[in-house]
Amino acid sequence: MARTGSEREVFEPWHDAAAKPHLALKQISKRFGDFVAVDDISLDIYQREFFSLLGPSGCGKSTLLRMLAGFERPSAGQILLEGDDMAGVPPHQRPVNMMFQSYALFPHMSVRDNIAFGLKQDGAPRAQIRQRVDEAIEMVQLGQFASRKPHQLSGGQRQRVALARCVVKRPQLVLLDEPLGALDKKLRQQTQFELMDIQEQLGLTFIIVTHDQEEAMTVSSRIAVMDEGRIVQIATPAELYEYPGSRYVAEFIGEVNIFEGRISGGGDGHTELTCSRNDCRFRADQSSGLKNGDQAWIALRPEKLRIDREPPADTAANCLQGQVLDIGYLGNLSIYHVELPSGQVVTATQTNRSRLVERSISWEDKVWLSWAPAACVVLDR
Amino acid sequence: MSAQPARSTAKPGRTASLLMRLGLSPRTAVIAVPYVWLLLFFFTPFLIVLKLSFAEIAIAIPPYTPLFDGEGNLQGTLENYELLLEDDLYWRSYLNSLKIALISTLLALAIGYPIAYAMARAPSQWRMLLLMLVILPFWTSFLIRVYAWIGILKSEGLLNLLLISIGLIDQPLQILHTELAVYIGIIYSYLPFMVLPLYATLEKMDHSLLEAASDLGCPPLKAFWQITVPISMPGIIAGCFLVFIPAVGEFVIPDLLGGNSTLMIGRTLWTEFFSNRDWPLASAVAVILLALLVVPIMYFQRQQMKQQG
Repeated sequence: MARTGSEREVFEPWHDAAAKPHLALKQISKRFGDFVAVDDISLDIYQREFFSLLGPSGCGKSTLLRMLAGFERPSAGQILLEGDDMAGVPPHQRPVNMMFQSYALFPHMSVRDNIAFGLKQDGAPRAQIRQRVDEAIEMVQLGQFASRKPHQLSGGQRQRVALARCVVKRPQLVLLDEPLGALDKKLRQQTQFELMDIQEQLGLTFIIVTHDQEEAMTVSSRIAVMDEGRIVQIATPAELYEYPGSRYVAEFIGEVNIFEGRISGGGDGHTELTCSRNDCRFRADQSSGLKNGDQAWIALRPEKLRIDREPPADTAANCLQGQVLDIGYLGNLSIYHVELPSGQVVTATQTNRSRLVERSISWEDKVWLSWAPAACVVLDR
Repeated sequence: MSAQPARSTAKPGRTASLLMRLGLSPRTAVIAVPYVWLLLFFFTPFLIVLKLSFAEIAIAIPPYTPLFDGEGNLQGTLENYELLLEDDLYWRSYLNSLKIALISTLLALAIGYPIAYAMARAPSQWRMLLLMLVILPFWTSFLIRVYAWIGILKSEGLLNLLLISIGLIDQPLQILHTELAVYIGIIYSYLPFMVLPLYATLEKMDHSLLEAASDLGCPPLKAFWQITVPISMPGIIAGCFLVFIPAVGEFVIPDLLGGNSTLMIGRTLWTEFFSNRDWPLASAVAVILLALLVVPIMYFQRQQMKQQG
């Protein structure tokens, strides 16, 4: 999330009313028989964005991507790329390249020929093809493997070939369908950063489909969270994490504790919610627009909770008492599962600043959880 | 609990110990089975044919001279091979057989490829049925199926009746006893051998490869030539061999459907063997036929191995 640095020029074209969207989806729907895979999606994506479509499997994100590539026709709606309607433009004429989940490398061609395939279709001069393929091979560091066939490469190397092949034509859109899904965790994390570097270096617009929220958080300028063919929320990773718009988003992105209750007060810049189940009042410093007595939820991130054996100074609101059920020690941090008298289990994490042996909280300890008003997110759905 | 010793760890069974005594591990024995089979039923008969081809015709039973005379001297002759070179009947038979086999193979490929492609792209619940339909003809004897073509192709046969009844022709066409009938017979008989290996490779092919090609700017027809055809090449080669090899030596089809002018080496061989009772010459014809087929195939396989390695 280096792009959100405050001194640097901020890349946020979606806040700029004058900025023209690079890709505009207008009320796109896709039905397969009775099944609605994509349901009335409208979306603007700007040049040089790294945009993620995030959602569980079957949420329609891959179908949406395939419509952008031209492999599926929308049942309704319009796709505009730089203002041009893409309806009726077959895949081979779209200035769009896709990286397939299976990579779909041509097994009978060498790495070099795979990468050159797209450029050859355009009938570019040989010298130019050669030069651009060389650049692409160098970019993904496959120099010594250029003459190998795909089956002679490792999974990570194949992934690089697929990536090089889909950016070498400098398309107006690069579509990535679960590009890192087949890699192991360590390689995946490393590759995420390379993917960002390549995108930035080439200045292309990337759209990535993933079900891995960490991956989406790491690489994206913005994320669209999808559920059952609809977009639930579009926001930057930080906004999505700190200000989820619904319980679905809050639970999908990272860990969260949800408390159900009714609005018991509020006003400009603050909201109060009473959770009768846990006999607790929540005070949030955000306006909710909800009326007293309305059902609402409070979302609390585990790392925003303080865990203590002593009661906090103010026990009137934003604190809960419970008993430690479990402690998960992850090295850099510890996860505490605290059972409230109501039976609800709350997760709190703490960075292990001091050594394990000096840890003061143990199993079955009575503890107090407390948090700042800024940590509470009020949700109405 | 262990009143009885475990059976599997007991000493080797009777067969195994017999093999051991012969110096063979059970493993080697299993691997040896196909080799023994080939040795007994291919290599040994071939050696007999090879030996025959160096003999001379004789009025005797069997009708040829022995390879070794009474004192154990080799008395082989190359006369049979010389005759094959001198008499253009044989060369024309070979060449015509190769020509007919080659054209039939190409036509079978042209017909079989779309069939295999459609089968591989059919909904998966249909594929088994389609595959069964391709194999179905094998449930009837090959000979009977070729005979059936006589009924279809003859002057007053089904095909001519059909063409006349729809008014396309008013005189029956002479198809039976021409080379055309031989082509029809060969393509009909060997088409499944073309379709099956093609289907096997096409069915395995990942459809997303064509999507990737299209995505990279390649129109569908070009993608077929640049992606589908090269990837299905093992199937094409296997299918072509399976049609070409038996078609070269085909005897039944040219004999039943072909005319007197249809020269094919299988028929020539048959005539030499049964009509002229010239076993040595017939053997020489067979040896040359085998050489004509095996040498290029071996060369080809080597090239394939090199490419893959």
